Amino acid sequence: MGKTLAEKVWDTHIVYRGEGEPDLLYIDMHLLHEVNTPQAFDGLRASGRTVRRPDLTLGTEDHNTPTVAVDKEIVDPAAREQVSLMRKNCAEFGIELFRLGEEHQGIVHVIGPELGLSHPGSTIVCCDSHTATQGAFGALAFGIGTSQVEHVLATQTLPMGRLKNMAVTVNGSLPEGVTAKDLILAIIARVGTAGGQGHIIEYRGQAIEELSMEGRMTVCNMSVEAGSRAGMIAPDEKTFEYLHGRPAAPTGAAWDAEVAYWRTLFSDDDAVFDKEVVIDAATLTPFVSWGTTPAQAGPLGDPVPHPDQFPDPVERAAVQRAQAYMDITPGRPVRGLPVDVVFIGSCTNSRIEDLREVARVLDGRKVAPGVELMIVPGSMKVRQQAIDEGLNEVFEAAGAGLRFAGCSMCAALNEDRLTPGQRAASTNNRNFEGRQGKGSRTHIVSPAVAAATAVAGHLAAPADLN
Amino acid sequence: MQPFTVHTGVAAPLRRTDVDTDQIIPVRFLTHSSRTGFSDKLFHDWREEPDFVLNDPAYAGSTILIAGRDFGTGSSREYAVWALQNYGFRAVIAPRFGDIFRGNALTNGLLTVVLPTEIIEQLWLLLEADQGHQVTIDLVERRVRAGEITAAFELDDNTRWRLLEGLDHIDLTLTHAATISDFEHQRRPALPATTLLR
Repeated sequence: MGKTLAEKVWDTHIVYRGEGEPDLLYIDMHLLHEVNTPQAFDGLRASGRTVRRPDLTLGTEDHNTPTVAVDKEIVDPAAREQVSLMRKNCAEFGIELFRLGEEHQGIVHVIGPELGLSHPGSTIVCCDSHTATQGAFGALAFGIGTSQVEHVLATQTLPMGRLKNMAVTVNGSLPEGVTAKDLILAIIARVGTAGGQGHIIEYRGQAIEELSMEGRMTVCNMSVEAGSRAGMIAPDEKTFEYLHGRPAAPTGAAWDAEVAYWRTLFSDDDAVFDKEVVIDAATLTPFVSWGTTPAQAGPLGDPVPHPDQFPDPVERAAVQRAQAYMDITPGRPVRGLPVDVVFIGSCTNSRIEDLREVARVLDGRKVAPGVELMIVPGSMKVRQQAIDEGLNEVFEAAGAGLRFAGCSMCAALNEDRLTPGQRAASTNNRNFEGRQGKGSRTHIVSPAVAAATAVAGHLAAPADLN
Repeated sequence: MQPFTVHTGVAAPLRRTDVDTDQIIPVRFLTHSSRTGFSDKLFHDWREEPDFVLNDPAYAGSTILIAGRDFGTGSSREYAVWALQNYGFRAVIAPRFGDIFRGNALTNGLLTVVLPTEIIEQLWLLLEADQGHQVTIDLVERRVRAGEITAAFELDDNTRWRLLEGLDHIDLTLTHAATISDFEHQRRPALPATTLLR
């Protein structure tokens, strides 16, 4: 029987397999950020252990760091303390760290691929659930908890219970105006927030193949919101072209040898998936979340479902609660709802193609009065490229600035957050109660819809403008 | 890690589904760089609602949380587990858990018990009718008992053994140290290294 892509990668990383035990997997790349790690380093010190492979470990500062005045001392004392701990710990254990303000700094899942660290067929972990992003390269990439960080630091391995396989096949091509973000939101709405639980999702089909690497990253990023720890896409020529020439990509004969190996990384025709979902891309339209889970979402123009449409009483109560929290009316679409803030950023959508999309919509237009537009690039390199391409001039003419890189308002751990009751269109990945600030109301959207919303002053797609 | 064998304690009924880790521990508390000190931050924003279950004195000192499906979805923050443990919870019972949360919980010895929705509903009704009622979770037998209710639950043998013994993952892995070195010697040389970035 053939193997799935995930099984191929998993099986080449088994260090030890014991009867009735989880597989002990080798970890090729361990990424760190400042929030979930201090306790892991404390644990190492307390047990007299050290980092086994600092050469396979990389840190960045992204979650609670400011996106302005990055050359100054961090104002918030708690954030300053955590960044300081990160710097001390990385220095003590010999780990490369990209600091706030430095050329290579950025959101961990933006800089990893950017640096060519996301190799097809490799295992990548990080103390962040959106590590799944890097599965776009055909890597087995997943988020881990702090105790697991300590485990990987100490042993460069991780015991993992074997996961099942789920195939999401997207047939046909995405219609004009429908992006990777709309696609993954539609997949999550179809599969549910627990649909992928216990599975690794493999995304396949024409629409997936037609996505750029950045589009594939957007899709894989939100695998977590479908309940799956990891999402993968088989590598192809686009993958190789993206990686070629990047700092951690092999060169010369080593490059040729790796590409030949990477070409074997696909699910065999006779591989068996435990679950299969098929989606027709032609039916998709711009999507928006209306509730407080990423699955509580639908087409921008569709009426928000009525709680009575949910037969299960617990679910019905959840929908009622979500709609009350979000202050939305069932039976009406969210299109037209006025917003206070538009946030463009996060590891889901903050790469150069996302910023170009935003610039296309904003060009010659202005942000509506009363709306604050925040544009946060995923990395310092993305920021520089946006400047080189003149995108920042388009943003400024429209009435928005280009900030520095970090997670910013996606997690709202730093000072970029909404005030209670504020409503935002956000290109991030979660709309939970209080996610972007206590009492905040988040509508997850694509960069194109976010930009159009900023111009209109209310939830809108680019096609709705003029 | 404290071993978990048979535990009997007051159970709190949390009649909510999709309890994500942002609710269990809001992100603004994640700058506290320790595994302790989170007991009053657990469900912080929900506790501002007067009728939130943990505000009811009947459930003070509860050590078992009984929740709806999809408990612990969202962010991988292990703080969610520490907050539950710091408060005093030894176990959470739900029809389904977020994968990452469940892994984090079992790593720390916070037992996650999966029971069908119908049993959860029965437990909720029992606890609401008789507040402060105790529930027993027997990991040896893999059974939950409360009043007339008895329900078996599944947990793989290896995790059960590890929790019964109170064993740490890292110690167990390091018994294979030589095998890890052997594996490293045969890794593909062109795999990425951060030394290439200097």
